[in-house]
Amino acid sequence: MSWVLVMPIAVPFATAVVAYLARNYPAGRWISLAGSALSLVVSAVLMVAVLNEGVVAAQMSNWNAPFGITLVADYLSAVMVVITAITGLATAIYALGEIPEETESLGFYALFQVLIAGVTGAFLTGDLFNLYVWFEVMLIASFSLLVIGGGKERLDAGIKYVALNLVSTLVFLSGIGLLYGVTGTLNMADLREAVANAENQGLITVIAMMFMVGFGVKAAVFPLFFWLPASYHTPYFTISAVFAGLLTKVGVYALMRMFTLVFVGDVGFTHEILIWVSLLTMFTGVIGAAAQSDFRKILSFHIISQIGYMTLGLALFTPLALMGGVFYLVHHIIVKANLFFVAGLAKQYAGSTDLNRIGGLYKSAPLLAALFIIPAFSLAGFPPLSGFWAKYLIVKAALEIDAWFIAFVSLLVGLLTIFSMTKIWGMAFWKPHPDGIDPTPDRAPARVTRAMMIPIIGLASMTIVIGFYPEPFVQFARTAAEQLLDPTDYVTTVLGVQP
Amino acid sequence: MEALTAIVIGVLTAASVYLMLARNFMRFLFGLILLSNAVNLTIFASGRMTKGAPALVPYGEDAPLGVVGNALPQALVLTAIVIGFGLLAFTLALAFEGYRRMNTVDTDEMRFAEPKEEVTK
Repeated sequence: MSWVLVMPIAVPFATAVVAYLARNYPAGRWISLAGSALSLVVSAVLMVAVLNEGVVAAQMSNWNAPFGITLVADYLSAVMVVITAITGLATAIYALGEIPEETESLGFYALFQVLIAGVTGAFLTGDLFNLYVWFEVMLIASFSLLVIGGGKERLDAGIKYVALNLVSTLVFLSGIGLLYGVTGTLNMADLREAVANAENQGLITVIAMMFMVGFGVKAAVFPLFFWLPASYHTPYFTISAVFAGLLTKVGVYALMRMFTLVFVGDVGFTHEILIWVSLLTMFTGVIGAAAQSDFRKILSFHIISQIGYMTLGLALFTPLALMGGVFYLVHHIIVKANLFFVAGLAKQYAGSTDLNRIGGLYKSAPLLAALFIIPAFSLAGFPPLSGFWAKYLIVKAALEIDAWFIAFVSLLVGLLTIFSMTKIWGMAFWKPHPDGIDPTPDRAPARVTRAMMIPIIGLASMTIVIGFYPEPFVQFARTAAEQLLDPTDYVTTVLGVQP
Repeated sequence: MEALTAIVIGVLTAASVYLMLARNFMRFLFGLILLSNAVNLTIFASGRMTKGAPALVPYGEDAPLGVVGNALPQALVLTAIVIGFGLLAFTLALAFEGYRRMNTVDTDEMRFAEPKEEVTK
């Protein structure tokens, strides 16, 4: 069974090697595209295996758990791997239109594939130290991708991004060290019991807070998000989109994993903090967005605000809330990557992302306008798009436990999200272009438009499909939440599987 | 021995925090290096310290005899050192390139990605 789990990681790594060797030839980009398509296939195979068996685990190098490194996929991991592959494929297509040849020959596609491999590895590992290694793989690739192409802005953004992320990694790493000191194990399934039986529960809570800070920086929650709006608007749109879609979600995933599987001894304390952190994240994110007037900066702040909903799903810690959190995670990756894709194409047509310097897109590019509406209104939570169901589940979960204030904040933030989206709509699409030019699609070469339009249409149709047929996805999220709240299957599978 | 290590870790962390609070990016980097070493020592110490008992398997045996030092934290630290070295090398190169292009290492003056906007009415 182990190859099912290894392939989603091995394929992007192999693609990276081949794409690097072919970086100076046009073949490089097609190799990357083929590799991404293959990743999607092997992820789908993993998904089928998980749907059949519930939890799939494999011991690497024939070392029994809890001593060796375990790869494990439950419903949450499987869906994250699939959605990573989908985003990867969409991004690989989009890159064909945007990335110039000079950047390609610097090894762009190799770095991109390493990033995907790192993200996938983080979703699949069942070992805490291994999770740290995947984080680093992902980070070093993201550092390079962020500054690739050079320029003052990117270097400035890169320095801030690198500095804050390195500090968070060190906090996470010292948390691992201390947790090992207390429990003597690093296998996440084994840690569940070891942490519950630890003598010094106070120390466990302190370590839990170190993990919360470490993952919190990655997930960009209040008050640790400052690196995100400082950097996400500078790189290529391709990179922004894949960062916005996937990177912060790895932090959210790690929080969900650790705070349902391992740190559940003092839910009243740790998850109460998470509730307040989530509410403040949602609110400051959306207020920050309201103050911006750049397409990508608005979207960056909205990432922060939406992250709050996901961590809120975890923090409320009821089956319905976690279900909403998982659903939100999946919906948001698709929608947010797509919005950055749209921003990139809007720049191709209109010449800028500064909302004061563009306009007239509705008249001259109605298709793009329609394709912006779908993810934008999904983000704001309009029925019947996917975001509506995600928000509906979270708000319902809050109302179920009579948390009126939380429900109120969730709805208020949704309302303010609409404000930002209509601001982009009004300034980029409705008002005439300030320079009097007509931002027609002819301003971009046909090859560019085609490569950028395909992923936008693909992801928008996924949003619509999830919106109109939410039932299978909701059921899936329900099972994922049940597995998170009662990880007996996870633990027995990991500890029981012989190599 | 563990107490002494704990003090060393504390001093390293304190020094690194002091350095990282500076506006100068190079100082921040040096702080980061110290912090990364403090964390490595934490992991090393968390495996408990055993004096003069290397984790060696005698010839003809399957496992070490008697009490030996914990080898796992050493493996972890080795991994962390290698990764940390790679990241720091990258960050140094980034800082140098940043200095060449922006002509400053003062993080207060790095306002290119987020320029101060004039207040518009």
